[in-house]
Amino acid sequence: MHELVVISGKGGTGKTSIVASFAVLASDAVLADCDVEAADLDLVLAPTVKLREQFYSGHVAVIRGDDCLGCGDCVEHCRFDAVRVNGAGHGDAPYWIDPIACDGCGVCVRFCPEEAIDFPQRHSGEWFVSETRGGPLVHARLRAAEGNSGKLVATVRSEAKRIAAEQRKQLIIIDGPPGVGCPVIASLTGASLVLVVTEPTVSGEHDRERVLHLTKHFDIPAAVCVNKWDVNPSMAEQIERTAQEMGAPVAGRVRYDMHVTSAQIEARATVELECGAADDIRALWLNLQSIASTHGVQLEPAARAVGIT
Amino acid sequence: MRLAIASGKGGTGKTTVAVNLAQVTAGPTRLLDCDVEEPNCHLFLRPDIVETQTVGIPIPQVDEAKCTACGECGQFCEFNAIVSFKTVPLVFPELCHGCGGCMKVCPAGAIPEVARTIGVIEQGQCRGVELIQGRLNVGEALAPPIIRAVKTHAATNGVTIVDSPAGTSCTMIESVRECDYVVMVTEPTPFGLRDLTLAVAAIRELQIPCGVVVNRASIGNGRVREYCRSENIPVLLEIPDDRRIAEAYSRGQTIIDAIPEMRATFDLLFQRVSSECPNA
Ligand code: SF4
Ligand code: SF4
Repeated sequence: MHELVVISGKGGTGKTSIVASFAVLASDAVLADCDVEAADLDLVLAPTVKLREQFYSGHVAVIRGDDCLGCGDCVEHCRFDAVRVNGAGHGDAPYWIDPIACDGCGVCVRFCPEEAIDFPQRHSGEWFVSETRGGPLVHARLRAAEGNSGKLVATVRSEAKRIAAEQRKQLIIIDGPPGVGCPVIASLTGASLVLVVTEPTVSGEHDRERVLHLTKHFDIPAAVCVNKWDVNPSMAEQIERTAQEMGAPVAGRVRYDMHVTSAQIEARATVELECGAADDIRALWLNLQSIASTHGVQLEPAARAVGIT
Repeated sequence: MRLAIASGKGGTGKTTVAVNLAQVTAGPTRLLDCDVEEPNCHLFLRPDIVETQTVGIPIPQVDEAKCTACGECGQFCEFNAIVSFKTVPLVFPELCHGCGGCMKVCPAGAIPEVARTIGVIEQGQCRGVELIQGRLNVGEALAPPIIRAVKTHAATNGVTIVDSPAGTSCTMIESVRECDYVVMVTEPTPFGLRDLTLAVAAIRELQIPCGVVVNRASIGNGRVREYCRSENIPVLLEIPDDRRIAEAYSRGQTIIDAIPEMRATFDLLFQRVSSECPNA
């Protein structure tokens, strides 16, 4: 089983539109939307939800008003400034713990002399398994202000793997989160191939570089694609050159095309419209298959490795 | 006045709004780039970085001579960052949150702490804007401590503009929470609307007033504007989908530098924000 992860460093480079297109093009894949803070793949793929699960991660400290004597030890112990002198609206304890700031380390719980602090599990989001026209989709939603998106990403990925094994699918296509932090690391460690979708801008270039350092750090083969390349052709060339120098071949270019937005509005993948960007994405998918094969990774079953559905 | 510029998803033009707004405020203005995974404000303002500070968190360093291999520390750690099977514990620095719990529970006093660098804060000035940016080291997972360190540089008076990370997670909340007003940047597309809705819900939970800037206003459809109307959120500005803006952005130029007549637009945005903001 192989995992193709599509990431971008910077958000908004058109990653999700490309993943939705891959989902439609790939003949036999499981899809995993690991962009759990801004999961938008479902807006295109119109999933039918089959399974819905709550996601708990870590703990949060809660002071029981009845038992707190107001000694203030917890204030001293907490390194995350989460313990506040109580104002209105947070029960009658002299202190309350701001759940947003609470890191869930449990130090206050352990050292409270009155044992007045509970430590329930933290409800951090939910995840879903759905059917779509592009194949099974595992997606999730992190609750607002939650931090453990890395763990939710890991949950989505392992569920996608389980489904792939169960349905004997060879490929998992992962829509990765933006950035270079915890959720990104969780989405790509151990993956077979990473496609970095970037745009020809100074920020795109800057973030692309950070992302390629990350794939290098974890020793995962990477390829790049410059989206909207014609907005700044010379910048696109420069990005492609530096990416190649860092060992990441160019898998393709996608032109700036208003049809990408039209497709989004119609809840269709770009390749489901006839347009230039659709042609570019089909070529990208084909190219990516040959780059993948040099790493021993198969994106399409051998008999159907043509990329056109 | 402390303003945050935020957005539910990346790439909507958050940094563009932050740097252009910083350029029209009457200085001294502080711009805090809290998007520590991808700090990009500097690419547009190009300040000379005059000061760099490392940001670290305290992590345990077990003194093997004192350790009695009781295993208390490993049992305590919520993050499996220190592991002991009744052996001298093993520390996994990249998992450690720096809570200090293992040090405190260790009955043998065998766990002194050492600082571990996870990123830097850089400071520089450019045309009346003082930029303070955090940068998480590549491969590190823990952004909040860097954001907290950046925030200590907020101006006590004058204008502070915070460029927040995109999304709705703890890093965004950490960046915006002491702000007086949040400017949400979005695009008028289905993805933009979905992510705006989530971000507005998060900001409302913090009880901070917010307004919306619609970027690339002519693409997409009218659903974002309908949403703002029905939710009583002011649309502060609509930035046209102008190829000149996209090109300036691609070169790393602010809109105002590339198209000087757009200065009036951002002047207006600043005025609107100031009149909407309760603490201006
Ligand atoms: S400081 Fe806290 S997070 Fe780090 S190893 Fe010790 S108990 Fe675990
Ligand atoms: S709690 Fe202290 S003595 Fe016990 S195993 Fe940990 S470091 Fe060693």
